[in-house]
Amino acid sequence: MASGSARPGSMRLAKLLYGNVNSYLSSGAAGINGGGAVWGSTTGLSSAELAPFGARSASGQIVRNRMKSVKSIQKITKAMKMVAASKLRNIQVKAENSRGLWQPFTALLGDAPATKVDKKLIVTISSDKGLCGGINSSVVKYSRALFRLNGLDGPDKDVKYVIVGEKGKAQLQRDSKKLIGMYFGETQKSSICFTQCSMMADEIIKSNEYDAIQMVYNKFNSVVSFQPTVATMLSPQLLLGDQEVTGDLDAYEIEGSDTKEEVLQNLSEFQFACTMYNAMLENATSEMGARMSAMENSTRNASDMLDRLTLTYNRSRQASITTELIEIISGAAALEG
Amino acid sequence: MFSRSFAEVAATSSSEKQEKVFGEAQVTEKFKADWKTIAPNFDMPKFPSNFMEVRPPVPSTIPAKLTVNFVLPSQYEIKAKQVDYVIVPATSGQMGVLPGHVPTIAELKPGILSVHDGTDVKQYFVSSGFAFVHANSVADIVAIEAVPLDRFDPDEIRRGVQEYTQKMNSAKDDLEKAEAQIGVEVHSALQYALGIA
Repeated sequence: MASGSARPGSMRLAKLLYGNVNSYLSSGAAGINGGGAVWGSTTGLSSAELAPFGARSASGQIVRNRMKSVKSIQKITKAMKMVAASKLRNIQVKAENSRGLWQPFTALLGDAPATKVDKKLIVTISSDKGLCGGINSSVVKYSRALFRLNGLDGPDKDVKYVIVGEKGKAQLQRDSKKLIGMYFGETQKSSICFTQCSMMADEIIKSNEYDAIQMVYNKFNSVVSFQPTVATMLSPQLLLGDQEVTGDLDAYEIEGSDTKEEVLQNLSEFQFACTMYNAMLENATSEMGARMSAMENSTRNASDMLDRLTLTYNRSRQASITTELIEIISGAAALEG
Repeated sequence: MFSRSFAEVAATSSSEKQEKVFGEAQVTEKFKADWKTIAPNFDMPKFPSNFMEVRPPVPSTIPAKLTVNFVLPSQYEIKAKQVDYVIVPATSGQMGVLPGHVPTIAELKPGILSVHDGTDVKQYFVSSGFAFVHANSVADIVAIEAVPLDRFDPDEIRRGVQEYTQKMNSAKDDLEKAEAQIGVEVHSALQYALGIA
């Protein structure tokens, strides 16, 4: 009777639950976008698909397992959020202190993202680890947009990507594999320092010919807001030659015995290193902030899910107990009567 | 299609005045139109000049004080401070910068940077960097490392000079020689700056 009907019922239930586990977990981790709609619908157990009345601890076991796993996920994401929060504090201080570094260069050379050049490098700064919300996708989106922007002018433009960070590489590899010039990984193993950035800048300058570099990164505004930013740096040849681009660089006297070419070369390389240092710090701070929000959302979703599961579990448990009682009582009543 | 340098915008009278607190990137209309064509759903990205305060315009008379910005990778050491003059260690020697100095780009060598404001003098040893003096009497100094002078140990400096001179003499190729030369230069400058033999 009851046990007979429990078996097919619980098998249906298992398929329903485990079939949906992956999608719920991943949307929980991503958290921010689209999570709301999914969470709103079900925990995999709509009332119509519960095991029929009388099915007992077989379904209870499944729900209990699920509750255990959701609880442990909740603990993990909460811990990740706290780790991200503490890392954020440190690196935010560093990023804010470094904000003055690129300002003299922009004051001198201007900020001209619309410059038309033949050879361009797009430096995409992304994170190595995941679970940090949408920051890497937004950086990659803007890099691709910049690439297409250049393509609008004509087919003979040479544009290459230089990627910093695993996640950016993973996304750009899918359709632009041949266009990736260089890749830097594991940049955050030791904390970001200026020496490291100047070495990276050195490598990029040595191995690539370019007229302009456009660096795409996430600028940290606050824990919940990051803005994709594009910093443009021109090569020394462009600075020297094209007066229209740099305005009145001629008005500046060069102090010292070096020629103007040498000084401008050093200037442009130094600008690149400084901008890269600030960009990497800002991106790392944005990564920590985004991870904090993502993990916060995930924890909240997990606790919501746990509440729903608990209610469902209790309901089914109480229903089965009630059914047993009814059977016993009606059996007893039949005997008496 | 061209864009003009930030400093020049304020200077020329025919330009469009941008009297905002934060600067705007020189983004042409064509760029905006192109952006709409390729990426209609994304906002335009931000540019660094959106996050930078606008520089003061070129004054008609020489101002009384010089505005100094001294930045390091690790911090914004001096931000828009009004001082009398600064002395920077340019490659051609110590260069004094007073208000109304002609616009200059100077590369710095290791040496002492001193900021004078009345009787108040602050001295730093800078490793190297750049100094820009703009027409509006704003001096930007960018250095990689700068340390106040009292943090140095004379014995370490003497040892450093000897060590790097030795390395320079026994260098096998140009790269090593150049590195050793840099070491000698920095330590000798330190020695001279601190006035030790």
